[in-house]
Amino acid sequence: MRLEPVASQTLGRTLGFPAIALALTVLVASLLAMLAGANPLATLGLIVNGALGSKFAVLETLNRATPLIFTGLAVAVAFRARLWNIGAEAQLYAGALVTVLVGTRLGLPGPVAIPVMAMAAVAAGALMLLLPVMLKVRLGVDEVVTTLLLNFIMLLFISMLLEGPLKDPMGMGWPKSEALPRDARLPRIVDGLRLHWGFALGLISAVVVWFIQVRTTLGYEIRAVGLNPEAARFAGIPVRSVLLKTALLSGGLAALAGYSEVAGLKGNLTLDLSPGFGYTGIIVAMLALLHPLGVVVSALFVAGIFVGADSMSRAAEVPTYIADISLATALLFMVVAILMTRFNLVRG
Amino acid sequence: MEILDILMTASFWGAVLRIASPLIFATMGELICERAGVLNLGIEGIMVIGAFAGWMAVYAGLGLWPGVMVAMATGMLFGLLHATLTVPLGLSQHVVGLGVTLLATSSAYYAYRLALPEVTSPPRIEPFQPVDIPVLSDLPLLGESLFSQTPLTYLALATVAVVGFVLYRTPLGLALRAAGENPSAVEAQGLSVTAIRMGAVVAGSGLMAVGGAFLTMSAFSSFFFEMVNGRGWICIALVVFGAWRPGKALLGAILFAAFDALQIRMQQTPLGAVVPYQIFLMVPYVLSILALVLMSRRAEVPEALMVPYNRGER
Repeated sequence: MRLEPVASQTLGRTLGFPAIALALTVLVASLLAMLAGANPLATLGLIVNGALGSKFAVLETLNRATPLIFTGLAVAVAFRARLWNIGAEAQLYAGALVTVLVGTRLGLPGPVAIPVMAMAAVAAGALMLLLPVMLKVRLGVDEVVTTLLLNFIMLLFISMLLEGPLKDPMGMGWPKSEALPRDARLPRIVDGLRLHWGFALGLISAVVVWFIQVRTTLGYEIRAVGLNPEAARFAGIPVRSVLLKTALLSGGLAALAGYSEVAGLKGNLTLDLSPGFGYTGIIVAMLALLHPLGVVVSALFVAGIFVGADSMSRAAEVPTYIADISLATALLFMVVAILMTRFNLVRG
Repeated sequence: MEILDILMTASFWGAVLRIASPLIFATMGELICERAGVLNLGIEGIMVIGAFAGWMAVYAGLGLWPGVMVAMATGMLFGLLHATLTVPLGLSQHVVGLGVTLLATSSAYYAYRLALPEVTSPPRIEPFQPVDIPVLSDLPLLGESLFSQTPLTYLALATVAVVGFVLYRTPLGLALRAAGENPSAVEAQGLSVTAIRMGAVVAGSGLMAVGGAFLTMSAFSSFFFEMVNGRGWICIALVVFGAWRPGKALLGAILFAAFDALQIRMQQTPLGAVVPYQIFLMVPYVLSILALVLMSRRAEVPEALMVPYNRGER
């Protein structure tokens, strides 16, 4: 068997295969529910209801989507340049850490603290990714492994700080940081609705990233480097500096996830601030085909599945990990579907 | 001085081999995949599902060795998925590998919750027991540490020898290495690059799963969430450190395990009372990054690693 490019991509092909991928994912989820002895339709219904069934559910989904928009954008930007940033988790924590440091130690008045925390977080996340990317461009060290390993190092570092200098003296021995002062928190978008400005910042970031990609030289260079670094170099594009700029952008975006979780939702830093938002960002970005605006849609979809599955597993005897399996399956089906829109499998 | 005292105990070197064993299996697995030209980032998840499957099989009543076979078969199944997507379809090895890791990990957790819905702490199994090798195990220092291990540790060491032999002394090994260096030449010999690469990924994934199974069936006797804890990623670094050679990779794994065993013991010393324990726990990950940096200049990367092969394409 081998792959043969299709002569012309039809709209049916472009939409049909991804649709089949999603249908197959639903099928897998149904089988998993049956495996748990539950009625698949009822299970899927409970998931949808848990994600969208009430005002509370929708707000929960939007809140869960917020960090995923940032990590999804971070991954999308990096993967576009074929920079394999698997370290969004570490960059998220770097952002969260700096947010807490600035917010609780500097004594800035709220309206000043909110933007300063954001800028400091972005800088921290950018630096966090700069190290492995420097190693990549200078020494040829593969960034996949280094960014992955940095996730573990960062989590231990945070754990050390939370049990040491950052420990909240009023925390009853619990490893958590002091909380940000009230006026240094991101306000809610609408009074009375539990949704903070972090979500809006996510939407704005998506538009900004989209603008960078389609309207600026950097965006063009990022795409060129991602398509073919050799050709890009030949065309006079400074590949190294493009990769470094991409790293700053990607790391900064991931850090905003930590900023928005701390300043918008939780108020303090704990070791369970992120249940793997950095890794889930990879799924979000891939399902969005690395398109910045698509990231918003796919973050909402992925968040809905997680929130819905949590709520479903409280009602039915189906473990919540059904969400993780379904999303991993969706990712794999989707990459095959995208391939199928462009190639035919031929015998021989 | 304390370091010297620690290094002179048999229990230390015994621990080194124990810590190294899962890494040796998984590193050999990854090495086979990469020598054939495929980066397998499914390693972390495959180790998780191997740890789960072997342990669950024994808990369900199978013997220990059949349990190892179950773990291996499960790993090979996920390897087959990885191979199908990356070899004939030529999809991104990064994306597929991470997808396989997520799928395998969440499958293990889902199955665990399904099988044991009510438990708060996981049930224990009767794990592999140490087997003394006659005469050799009576040697001072070395005897106790090297020749009084569980059978899986001996198997891990034997695996290195077998992998080394197959890679460098058999036609199969030659073809596999060529598939990772110069696939067109393999095809010119009338062999199928696709078949060789798929076979390598499936076999390699089986070894990774046995590495995971070592954790539940030899080291801890229970399955915990996050018990693999980045060991898979460390093995990828070990393959690079070992310059894609089984012997050097074994040396790397043992060196790495020695540092790991040392940091655990250093936590008990006066130094450990001053330095936060997290610093010690960071050591393995920092070392892995350092190893990658050190080897970056002279690593002999397989020429066609991560390059999909599509017949007829030049």
